[in-house]
Amino acid sequence: MSSTLIDERTAPTAPATGTRWRRLLFGRDAAIIALLAVVWLVALFAVPHFNSPSTLYYLLEDIFPVLLIALPMTMVVITGEIDLSVGSMVGLGSVVVGALVQGGMPFGTAAAVALAVGAVGGALNGYLVTKVGLPSLAVTIGTLALFRGLAVSILGNRSVTGFPQEWKDLAQSRMFGSGTALPSIIWLFVILAVVFVTLLHFTPTGRATYAIGMNDEAARFSGINSDRLKLGLFAATGAISALAGIWFVLYYNTARGDNATGLELSVVAAVLVGGVSIFGGKGGLPGVIAGVLLIGALRSALRLADVSSDAINVATGVLLVVTVIVPSLVLWLGRVRKALILGVRVRSGAPGAPHREEEL
Amino acid sequence: MNSLRRRAAAVTGMSMLLAVGLAACSSGEPEGSESPGPGDSGDEAVSYDITFLPKNLGNPYFDASDNAGKAAVESFGGTYKEVGPTEAAPDAQVTFINTLSQQGVGAIVLSANDPAALCDALAQAKEAGVHVLTFDSDVNPECREMYVAASNTELIGQKQIDIIAEEIGGSGQIAILSASANATNQNAWIEVMKEYLASDYPDIELVEVVYGDDDDQTSYDKTEALLSQYPDLKGIIAPTTVGIAAAARYLSTSEFKGQVMLTGLGTPNDMRDFVKDGTVLEFALWNPKDLGILAAWAAKALIDGDITGAEGETFTAEGLSSEVTEFTIGADGIVVLGDPFVFTADNIDDFDF
Repeated sequence: MSSTLIDERTAPTAPATGTRWRRLLFGRDAAIIALLAVVWLVALFAVPHFNSPSTLYYLLEDIFPVLLIALPMTMVVITGEIDLSVGSMVGLGSVVVGALVQGGMPFGTAAAVALAVGAVGGALNGYLVTKVGLPSLAVTIGTLALFRGLAVSILGNRSVTGFPQEWKDLAQSRMFGSGTALPSIIWLFVILAVVFVTLLHFTPTGRATYAIGMNDEAARFSGINSDRLKLGLFAATGAISALAGIWFVLYYNTARGDNATGLELSVVAAVLVGGVSIFGGKGGLPGVIAGVLLIGALRSALRLADVSSDAINVATGVLLVVTVIVPSLVLWLGRVRKALILGVRVRSGAPGAPHREEEL
Repeated sequence: MNSLRRRAAAVTGMSMLLAVGLAACSSGEPEGSESPGPGDSGDEAVSYDITFLPKNLGNPYFDASDNAGKAAVESFGGTYKEVGPTEAAPDAQVTFINTLSQQGVGAIVLSANDPAALCDALAQAKEAGVHVLTFDSDVNPECREMYVAASNTELIGQKQIDIIAEEIGGSGQIAILSASANATNQNAWIEVMKEYLASDYPDIELVEVVYGDDDDQTSYDKTEALLSQYPDLKGIIAPTTVGIAAAARYLSTSEFKGQVMLTGLGTPNDMRDFVKDGTVLEFALWNPKDLGILAAWAAKALIDGDITGAEGETFTAEGLSSEVTEFTIGADGIVVLGDPFVFTADNIDDFDF
């Protein structure tokens, strides 16, 4: 009986179908999705106007850049690295678009240049982390200042506005006409989400990502090109941050050096709320996407309830701390339930030491 | 097994706690902040649900204007609310404008962080039936119905000349300590001052305009240079808050204190000490309280449908320090509060910004 448990632990990347279902029901992802459902239901009944279609529209637009950047950021954090330069790259991307459009370049071309700048900036992060061997925390704190400095120096304290309406409609319009809930631009997120979920959860690259996060050294010995994968992930993060910068320009109709200041913390917070371990190796995209929505729904509900900005920040902080604690409890419950079904007595020390034995 | 049940209960309890906490936050707060309205004036046919959205919260200038606006809104039986970001960023204001559109408030009274970035959100608010007016800091005219301006170029320029003329007895040499040489506002005011001097005060001679670049030390040095270069100088006008504070700091410890008059545009907190020690007798700026009151009454008039923001329409406001009650909307939907407010030793302690 107990040998089943051991098998699961030693072969975590290829669990039996039954385990996968149990993980879905009792894992972190499920806990976050459940919490999201609870917050949503409470808000629907308790908060005036939360049930209007516009709420979902504004909520999705509000968190859209976080939704986008959380996709590659999740993979970066799972490899055990972090990228704190994303907020500054959103600012730099938006300023590059703004400055080029102001200089007479067509919007599409300017956006392509901004994407390239994002990929190059992200690759610079990746190069410094993998080839030079610096810790990503230090590197990206540096490029956080570097990218922001570039953004502010390109436009100074000016702002560029007045972008073409047909481009602005891309970011601002609603999919099913005025008054409906879904922003048209959500297709961009859906496509990227499908790409990243497939990549992380259904391909060898995804399994390599987890392997690097669990043990980089062991991953290298088993033939995984850790440096190349990390470099690619950093470059993708930079490019998607710049993409979010282009969206920012279109949605807010302004390119400024201080666009999206502090966004990196929202992204990292959402990734952690979504159940990804900051030490790498654990977590998944369903939880992260639910985490972004959870933070967005909570903030939207509290704003609609006229709670002050400071109190909203406190609530978001409490949520972050609570979601770090609750999933391990839920996880522990799931294991206890499994043990009960199998008729195994729970060892008295089990609650205190769940971390060693968690699945991915 | 017992400890197991306890764990299960703990998790259930925690999620319930969270849910209850959320419910408490969400249902308790609005009732707390809005109860004065429906509670005692529930019979009102029109509800004045007016929200002030300043550049950022925790800013003493907006605390002054918004609290005065709150008193005004409550004086005509309306419901007042203030929301805003903690940092003065335009995208943060967009989020709040969106929330107010969803809530369908009566009017948004906005001090904008960006003239263009808020326009799309404001357009959606107007679509949702929310009246939009700006005060203190405007957006592009097509994005709002009205702008409540503190003053205008002519009134600001002329007021400072009037103050200095009275202080120096209507004749003698004066100089101007401005911000930077290409500062738009200051140059416009100085142009007005020159014309006004020529037409109304022929005995006053403007000897020089110097530029302190809105830098404290530069302004301080320029003041010193002016006083040594023009021994007969009787007055200095500094139409910039940085300049007037630096000039006052120099004068207050120099032999010219009380001999050379200084006025201009300053904030009460910067100037309080210099007004109390007699270095500066009077200085001007707009009164943020009056600005908040006028904005509140303009919002009421928009909700009532008395005005639409078109040129020539009139509305009334009560409780202003100037005791003016009739206001007429000018070109581009701009209504002007009036003469700049003059701060003196007698009234400066009424202000904290």
